Amino acid sequence: MMHGVAQALPRDPLLKVENLVVEYAVGAKTIHAVSDVSLEIARGETLGLVGESGCGKSTLGRAILQLRPADSGRVVFDGCELTALRGEALRKMRRRIQLIFQDPIASLNPRRQIGDIVAEPLAIAGHRDDKKRQALVEEMLGAVGLDPAIVTGRLPHEFSGGQCQRISIARALVLNPEFIVCDEPVSALDVSIRAQILNLLEEMKARFGLTLLFIAHDLAVVKAVSDRVAVMYLGRFCEVGPSEQLFANPAHPYTALLIEAIPVPDPDVRPAERVRVGEPPSPIAPPSGCRFRTRCVRADKRCSEEVPELREIAPNRHVACHHPLM
Amino acid sequence: MTAPVLLSVEDVAVDLPTPRGNLRAVDHVDLEVAAGRTLGIVGESGCGKTMLSRAILQLLPKRAKLAGRVLFDGQDLLRLGSSALRKLRARSLAVVFQDPMTSLNPVLTIGTQLIETLMEHLVIDLAAARARSIALLAEVGIPAPEQRLMQYPHELSGGMRQRVALAIALSCEPKLLIADEPTTALDVTIQAQILDLLAREQRRRHMAMILITHDLGIVAGRTDEVAVMYAGRVVERAPTQALFKSMRMPYTQALLAAIPKLDAPPHAPLPAISGRPPDPTRPLEGCSFSPRCRYAAARCQREKPVLREAEEAEHHYACFNPLKITAGLSA
Amino acid sequence: MATLELRIREDVTVRSRRLGLLFWLAIGWIILIFAVAILADVLPFPSPTDMDMLEKRAPFSTEHWLGTDGLGRDELARLVFGARSSLLVGLCAPVIGVVIGGALGMLAGYFRGRFEALLVGSADVLLAFPPLILALAITAYLGQSILNLTLILGVLGVPAFMRVARAATLALSRREFVIAAQALGATHARILLRELLPNVVLPLTAFFLVGVAITVVAEGALSFLGLGVPPPTPSWGSMIGEGRESLDIAPRLAFLPAITMFLSVLSFNLVGDTLRALTDPRQGAL
Repeated sequence: MMHGVAQALPRDPLLKVENLVVEYAVGAKTIHAVSDVSLEIARGETLGLVGESGCGKSTLGRAILQLRPADSGRVVFDGCELTALRGEALRKMRRRIQLIFQDPIASLNPRRQIGDIVAEPLAIAGHRDDKKRQALVEEMLGAVGLDPAIVTGRLPHEFSGGQCQRISIARALVLNPEFIVCDEPVSALDVSIRAQILNLLEEMKARFGLTLLFIAHDLAVVKAVSDRVAVMYLGRFCEVGPSEQLFANPAHPYTALLIEAIPVPDPDVRPAERVRVGEPPSPIAPPSGCRFRTRCVRADKRCSEEVPELREIAPNRHVACHHPLM
Repeated sequence: MTAPVLLSVEDVAVDLPTPRGNLRAVDHVDLEVAAGRTLGIVGESGCGKTMLSRAILQLLPKRAKLAGRVLFDGQDLLRLGSSALRKLRARSLAVVFQDPMTSLNPVLTIGTQLIETLMEHLVIDLAAARARSIALLAEVGIPAPEQRLMQYPHELSGGMRQRVALAIALSCEPKLLIADEPTTALDVTIQAQILDLLAREQRRRHMAMILITHDLGIVAGRTDEVAVMYAGRVVERAPTQALFKSMRMPYTQALLAAIPKLDAPPHAPLPAISGRPPDPTRPLEGCSFSPRCRYAAARCQREKPVLREAEEAEHHYACFNPLKITAGLSA
Repeated sequence: MATLELRIREDVTVRSRRLGLLFWLAIGWIILIFAVAILADVLPFPSPTDMDMLEKRAPFSTEHWLGTDGLGRDELARLVFGARSSLLVGLCAPVIGVVIGGALGMLAGYFRGRFEALLVGSADVLLAFPPLILALAITAYLGQSILNLTLILGVLGVPAFMRVARAATLALSRREFVIAAQALGATHARILLRELLPNVVLPLTAFFLVGVAITVVAEGALSFLGLGVPPPTPSWGSMIGEGRESLDIAPRLAFLPAITMFLSVLSFNLVGDTLRALTDPRQGAL
């Protein structure tokens, strides 16, 4: 039952997530990481997923890729239900969807050479021709801005974070996937390198016709690369909409809070003297009803009793709030 | 600047021997912090800002070689004996680090750590120290402070832990607080609260503060003066307003331009700085930024520019080819 | 173009070349004892089993460089052939341990769940047995021979290697490069062999050398008690045992094999520790 799904285009979304729930046990307690999330991503679109730590965005990304078992819900990729696949069938599907990680150096095997690492997807997919493999690897490394002659024989620890991320991207692209989940790809990088990698991702997206799910906690970074943005809080979506509109006119109080909290590099903009809004509650015992209500100035009785559903309040703008800002 | 100078860093250099050669982490840095004012030190990783703070606090690794003078309240910290330094540490000079999980002792309760610090540096007994600890925790915005005394660091969230670290730092009323990336590990909403807290405490105690960060946004809103560091040197230094309104260093401008802004439209290509910071074990002859600088000329590659004062007072920069005053904020 | 990203920490300044004089001396000793053990047959030593009852407990001489033992057998020859027994057991038993224990440990650390619980439980049970008593009991049942001894000590070493392999695998399985391999559609076998094994090999090898040292001592203890390598094949442990009777007349009969064993075990430990120290910082930094 799918009401209030953030619709992309009326037909043929590349990825559809329906009522996904991911919970995991820590000792005797349960962490409600993802609670009933639904979304759609159109072909060629970049959906940004933003939220603070503990909101479940990384878990959602991994669950979509079936790297983490979901407790309920479906993930449908190009008409094929991923959640129902097992074993070899799932492994074959994996070649079409890839993942880029936050920690670029940890995402590369420290004991393998770069050429080996980037060729690995080809080896797994069964490409036997050594020469062709080599050529593809070199092409990819060149595409991400690295000189294959210098890079292929070395080990990851010889490279900087930014370079390792480029290698990661090359590895993700070598099988020509259609969909890539980018899990905080620039958070661990220096400010001046971030821009390089973001530009690279945009370039690769255009060149290879990719669809991206871009997960990050930095709103400005997400806005820079996304067509639409989904804001997540404690396992649920707060609002979804086109980037420009969403940040210009946030509908959900949490989005507004995030925007206000961002330090702006302009000395004339005084940081807003915030009303004490406290700490985010724990995902083990999330508040009843609307999970944001404990930090929301607009919260009332209804918010604690009724879970707000994601509903469309304007063309292509969806918000889950009983008292939205617009 | 009418306020008296509290801390004066003069020609400080830090060298570290490494298997790959000598690493010059801090390359002849001059800085001043006046009482009650906030100096922001901004730069990317590897620029030397952390090493500089360690040098001021005399917390460098054993193999590091230190040169120059650090005058705090009239005393040269580099020449002080270890017991005099220890006395100075909590009472006048305090520090808050980036990761509160490692700066707090995980096997001691919060109360123990706070009370121990108080009793060591102030002449008070256990009961008084305990009462003060509770008051301090309340001041930094921790709810139910009596219960917290019994808790261990891992039982608190990141934001709470940082508040505790701050309480410990402020417990002995220091004259100068060095905050080294205090909010980098925290979420943006918690970050705003911690920065507010720092500002409030600073105003109340008329404390000087050095705020070290890589985030130009934090620097813009929370500091009186900024020093921009690159490859171990201070490349630009100015009052905050002046830095953003009339920046002279191409690096500062490039850094500002490379940050994605929330008011920029999506998919606009970001003006990235090409290349990477230089290898500190192989310093360049000329300006360290010249390989990546748009305006680099031949002179920039041969000679190292020195920090020199601009036409506006108190605005210093180190560049042969500075930006024109109309440059200001980039979109 | 390839430069180290600068992270200023203590370990950056630590010199990685800790290979001092002691290390090379240890390597030298190990090479020496292996060389003589392997070449024992072709080296010009008298037979270690030839008894010369007229020359019992003879002192050092040109004919017998290190003298003779209580039954007139050449001491040096016995040391050399003893090296052969001790090193054979000392090397082969840990090989059993590292292969079986390493494999089981990796599987346990990777798959987790009930399989892991079962393995860890079994390892705990095995570790709870006093090892020498267990060896004693099995020897009494199966009979004394070098093969049995090697098998027993090998099996006894499996839990320890399993722990090392499991710990390393647990730490590595969480790292992103393993998840990356899963995301690429690699089979479990591929991940275990191509991603995890090259990383687990390092701590296992370092532990292997320490395992050799421990096994040599264990074999020595069993042979000392008369339950290890069966006579007349010499082994350092049995030589020490035999030397006990002559402690007041000719203490060298006990001390010479003891010193040889001591130096060998020390050398293995040293090399093992150095290897661990060399590989750990890199693993830590990564």
